[in-house]
Amino acid sequence: MPDFIDIARGVLLEPAGLQERDLESVLDQLLSYRIDAADIYFQSGRIESWVLEDGIIKEGAYNIEQGAGVRAISGEKTGFAYTDELQLPALLEAAKTARAIARAGEQRSIRISTSPSTQQLYPPINPLTSLTEQEKVDLLRQVDAEARRQDPRVKQVIVSLVAAHDVVLVANSDGTLNGDVRPLVRLSVSVIAEQGDRREQGAGGGGARDAFSYLIDQDRALSFARDAVNQALVNLEAEDAPAGAMTVVLGSGWPGVLLHEAIGHGLEGDFNRKGTSAFAGRVGEKVAASGCTVVDNGTLAGRRGSLNMDDEGTPTQNTVLIEDGILKGYMQDRMNARLMGCASTGNGRRESYAHLPMPRMTNTYMLPGKHDPQEIISSVEKGLYAVNFGGGQVDITSGKFVFSASEAYLIEHGKVTRPVKGATLIGDGPEILTQVSMVGNDLQLDQGVGVCGKEGQSLPVGVGQPTLRIDELTVGGTNA
Amino acid sequence: MSNRKEMMEREAWLEQLVSELLAEAKKQGASAAEAGVSSDTGLSLTVRMGDVETIEHTRDNGLGITVYFGQSKGSASTSDLTPQAVRDSVKAACNIAKYTTEDRYSGLADSRLMAKELPDLELYHPWGIDVDAAIELGKECEDAARSLDSRIVNSEGASLNTHAGLHVYGNSHGFVGGYPTSRHSLSCAVISQQAEAMQRDYWYTVGRAATDLEPAESVGQKAAQRALSRLGARKISTREAPVIFQSDVATSLLRSFTGAIRGAALYRKSSFLLDHLDKKVFPDFVRIHENPRLLKGLGSAAFDGEGVATKSKDLVRDGILKSYILGSYSARKLGMQTTGNAGGVRNLAIDPGELDLDALLKKMDRGLLVTEMMGHGVNMVTGDYSRGASGFWVEQGEIQYPVEEITIAGNLKQMFQQLLAVGCDEECRGNLRTGSWLIENMTIAGS
Repeated sequence: MPDFIDIARGVLLEPAGLQERDLESVLDQLLSYRIDAADIYFQSGRIESWVLEDGIIKEGAYNIEQGAGVRAISGEKTGFAYTDELQLPALLEAAKTARAIARAGEQRSIRISTSPSTQQLYPPINPLTSLTEQEKVDLLRQVDAEARRQDPRVKQVIVSLVAAHDVVLVANSDGTLNGDVRPLVRLSVSVIAEQGDRREQGAGGGGARDAFSYLIDQDRALSFARDAVNQALVNLEAEDAPAGAMTVVLGSGWPGVLLHEAIGHGLEGDFNRKGTSAFAGRVGEKVAASGCTVVDNGTLAGRRGSLNMDDEGTPTQNTVLIEDGILKGYMQDRMNARLMGCASTGNGRRESYAHLPMPRMTNTYMLPGKHDPQEIISSVEKGLYAVNFGGGQVDITSGKFVFSASEAYLIEHGKVTRPVKGATLIGDGPEILTQVSMVGNDLQLDQGVGVCGKEGQSLPVGVGQPTLRIDELTVGGTNA
Repeated sequence: MSNRKEMMEREAWLEQLVSELLAEAKKQGASAAEAGVSSDTGLSLTVRMGDVETIEHTRDNGLGITVYFGQSKGSASTSDLTPQAVRDSVKAACNIAKYTTEDRYSGLADSRLMAKELPDLELYHPWGIDVDAAIELGKECEDAARSLDSRIVNSEGASLNTHAGLHVYGNSHGFVGGYPTSRHSLSCAVISQQAEAMQRDYWYTVGRAATDLEPAESVGQKAAQRALSRLGARKISTREAPVIFQSDVATSLLRSFTGAIRGAALYRKSSFLLDHLDKKVFPDFVRIHENPRLLKGLGSAAFDGEGVATKSKDLVRDGILKSYILGSYSARKLGMQTTGNAGGVRNLAIDPGELDLDALLKKMDRGLLVTEMMGHGVNMVTGDYSRGASGFWVEQGEIQYPVEEITIAGNLKQMFQQLLAVGCDEECRGNLRTGSWLIENMTIAGS
């Protein structure tokens, strides 16, 4: 296994002439105040993006994000400062600012020891250089051609290709030093199709923690183009969506955004420590129908939401949130775990060195059940079959959540019939999974495009689920 | 960055940096270039349950450059302003420009349109509040919320943010301009409970100057009142009814409108208001006006993202769409002139009407008052609209009870045509200003 710490040291510390004893002196500076824990998070990020529009390579951009964040924790209090200068004086200054959250105490001294990497879920590569520029723009052109080739009604195609390379190093006041090298690639396609005076859009895309070759293998990039076109063409035929409470069948894969909104956010440790979540204090209670098991798993190889370690240096894990309908536990970072008397589940994540970590999801999905998807659709006399979604949102306190379908069909007499326009679906988080009466045997994860926002911080995540029958859910169409 | 002298020195440094960037781009062979640099410092803190929870000292730098080799362009940005990172950024942008396609619409904005004078728009009013005083203000705010009623059982805290920064933009026409800004806010979010059900709500105040902020006590009280008013919320049955969007959520309708007349949405033919210039989009009484040089305005600037002088204009007059929102690229694509809107709209307002919210409720008589929306269910290509909502059911012009877990749906094009009245209860806290909107009819989905 490659030594991530060595790679991270080479990128983050050596150019600045920083050594481990410098990190120790910054931590000592922090610990001379009465704090419970502290960390320094070093990050060097590079992002490159390309956009094709109107058949031409219209834009390319390169972004450098580099700096270090210093955090001090005392009880429920956090002091935080950061710097974009990776130099000892700037780090010491940030430490002085951060420790002011607590009062001065006795001088303590820290010895850092590196801990060996425990898992390797993706190659420690720089994906930006995994293709030449010419190959990148050729890939964009191929995807554009593939989309336009599908149907003459395709009038507009936008393709974007993004690669990110993040190198991080975390020095913790418990004396540990951990590092990670995180590649991430993504390709997105959006199309507009036109028929008469009607115009509709469709979107597709995917990605992974891998080199660009991931997008080329198995013609994945081309299949995203076909997905986008299909969705736009279906929407050209779509009728007004129904309005009201009805039986809803959710397709496998991306519709798992349901779990992310309805269950996931409400089970993040910070909201439960503070008692602001509708799920607070409900561990051990039945919150889903029997047969529903939901996990948050950061250890899936190559997945967009996966991490070798979280942003506090804790290895990610497979955390069972709901087991056979019973609420088992929360997702934790170190601070909330300590305050709640449990262990971190490796969910402490942050957008960058300039943001504070908090409990966040990785890949959140429901395990498969026993029903054939066709059997699930056949069981519905009248309802909605929703196979693709845009974003969602949740009010974690009231538990109400929404997610918006971008491709949906009516089910009539057990058969999928006509497409209907996108509509927002709304429900109650602690209640919705009790309405699940059939779980499919076709678990799928999404293609790798998910972005989750919380308190202004955006992070890549994954979702997934098998086909699900939900007996009653409110569908927000116009057709009352 | 709280004193003016230091700020002026820093501005000179950033202007120097911009001219070095442009020179470096030229040296590397670019025929034209533009660059923006910003630098911002601030304090963000949260007080929760009567004690300080987080103190964050922020210090953000950013630099962005776009280079043109003839009609091909490349861009780069960095948060690291060391000379090495700056050189790497220019090099990366130039390298990218080798692979982008020649695009005859690309390039800097017309040099004749550059802002000639940069009036002081009074955007810089540093607060200089120290951490202890900020904590006290946060406590005062949260205490006012928590002590209002015993049903306020929990809190997400009160947050105080104060930021001051500088932005400098320059391009190879020789334009360089910069200005300092400040922005301060105080917000509070609390949780009410009745039986098992919890409700959260919040309130905030924001301004360029600390003296323009609402008093801390009032912010806390409003947050608490809003959280209390939601207790006992229920679902209603599916129906059609008129809907009032309370002013603070009506801003999102204005945002959808501006999104639909943005140049990029138009040349991509992905707007429900395509080809609507000089056509009737709203009823006769509607005027929507942009005032980019409003003194102390949160959206104010004397030049846009391309150095073009901003000027005030009507986007809608007598209900008719009079102007799109264009930068130079989208303008060239559409065969038009830039409207000085590279980077978006600045201080957009719909003229307020005569009626306050109570009078609007009377006018509606029976229907839904929406006070919060959830999700992103707006299709900008078709105008199809479907979002989660909560608010109050209204009968005989009076609020009856709070409602939640419902959706409201319609089509934006029709909703704009069906706008019956705009209230005089203007929401003035952001870049978009409006009173509450009464819309004739929408579909409400519930139980």
